[in-house]
Amino acid sequence: MSEPDVEETGTGASPRPEAEPMVRMEQVTKAFGDFVCLDGLDLDVKTGEKVVIIGPSGSGKTTILRVLMTLERPDSGVVEVAGGYLYHQMRDGQLVKGSEKHLRVVRRNVSMVFQHFNLFPHMTALRNVSIGPMKALGRSKEKADERSRELLGMVGMADKVNQYPAQLSGGQKQRVAIARALAMEPKVMLFDEITSALDPELVGEVLNVVRQLAHTTDMTMLLVTHEMGFAREIADRVLMFAGGRIIEQAPPEEIFTEPKTERTKAFLKAVLHH
Amino acid sequence: MNELVPTTFLAQEGPAKWDWDFAWEILPDLLEGLWVTVQATVVGIVLALVLGLGLAIARRSTIKLISWPVSAFIELVRSTPLLAQLFFLFYVMPDQFGVTLSAFTTGALGLGIHYACYTSESYRAGIESVDRGQWEAAQAINLTATTTWRSVVLPQAIPTVIPALGNYLVAMFKDAPLLSTITVLELVGEAKRIQAVTFRPTEAFTLAGVLFLAVSIPSAALVRYLERRFRYERA
Repeated sequence: MSEPDVEETGTGASPRPEAEPMVRMEQVTKAFGDFVCLDGLDLDVKTGEKVVIIGPSGSGKTTILRVLMTLERPDSGVVEVAGGYLYHQMRDGQLVKGSEKHLRVVRRNVSMVFQHFNLFPHMTALRNVSIGPMKALGRSKEKADERSRELLGMVGMADKVNQYPAQLSGGQKQRVAIARALAMEPKVMLFDEITSALDPELVGEVLNVVRQLAHTTDMTMLLVTHEMGFAREIADRVLMFAGGRIIEQAPPEEIFTEPKTERTKAFLKAVLHH
Repeated sequence: MNELVPTTFLAQEGPAKWDWDFAWEILPDLLEGLWVTVQATVVGIVLALVLGLGLAIARRSTIKLISWPVSAFIELVRSTPLLAQLFFLFYVMPDQFGVTLSAFTTGALGLGIHYACYTSESYRAGIESVDRGQWEAAQAINLTATTTWRSVVLPQAIPTVIPALGNYLVAMFKDAPLLSTITVLELVGEAKRIQAVTFRPTEAFTLAGVLFLAVSIPSAALVRYLERRFRYERA
């Protein structure tokens, strides 16, 4: 890992050369009280790469995504997304803490799908998807609605656009939530255990949507999941995360068949044969 | 006023009989008093709803310089009687700070501020009932703080507190007679005045009570209707 290149960019949000990673985390640390969630994490994710994060619960997997979504500010370290510093900006050649305004600009590159959907219960499926483009991207209602209908069609929810979340099944809610995240046209999509809150028979329909996204778009994706078969299918790289650190990373065919560390072996054994 | 005095009252002995003619005669004055009560309550309600929301939001501010004084103010108002607050506004403000308002304005303001501190606590409960995930989802689609409050949080928070707000509004209406202590001739003040000049308390105070009922019962029904109207299932 090289030193942060503080001298080369003018403003925090200015684009870097193509070869740069889409996501870069350097020595990122986050603790809640005495509990260290991220312990000096280094991570590079290439543009278009699909990275699956596995590991025991409480290991900090979700915190990685929450840091990238700016829901959790790291205690130290540098995070870059799409060539811009996430929590910092350059001022007079110095790396300083980013303003709220700066956060809003760089956050546009990232979108997230949550474990518990977090749909807005007082809005229809359509409005859930189109409110972001209308309020945060400045689209007209007509344009936002048109695009939202397309996206809802893509996730198989075309006939449910006027339903409220309470009228939808868990799988349907999660598909609406995926459409809502896509509507923001992010460069990086974060999926946080998106099937963990679903009834088993509804998992498939949600994974199908993500599978299709993974195979048909060049969006950079980071996924935390316990669905190992699915991980194996879509991941370019699998990270085994434990105790706030990446303890092993490899392409799926490698890590699932020949895990190198005992910790990974034990974990995979536990999740694959329960 | 003299025409209101029943000619028989000097000769009366024992408990006065209910006099329908007298009741009919004083009704217009009482209605005028009721109108003042309603006006004061409506101004108070608007103030309590708007100021209360402002206080609830300000109290959640991460800036201590805002949240701390707001909390202190709410606690102060909630811990002292409305009557004392009305006297303070009516007598102390002009005396010490040179702020002189009409009795009605002072009264409506006092009611509004007093109840704003109660409604703010209801709003706060409603805001806290909105799931953390809603704030996070709003941030994930990059909504500004203002849009998050307006489009995501308040539309979920307010329906849950409508019953509580409604109860305060009915309570405020019933507290409005305290305004008579600062010379506002609202309904009970008017009844008291009639009693003072005619020495007949029965018709005046009974009618005042009936008129209060005539407003508060439909108001309570309206609150229940609104409660049903804004109810929705949570996702």
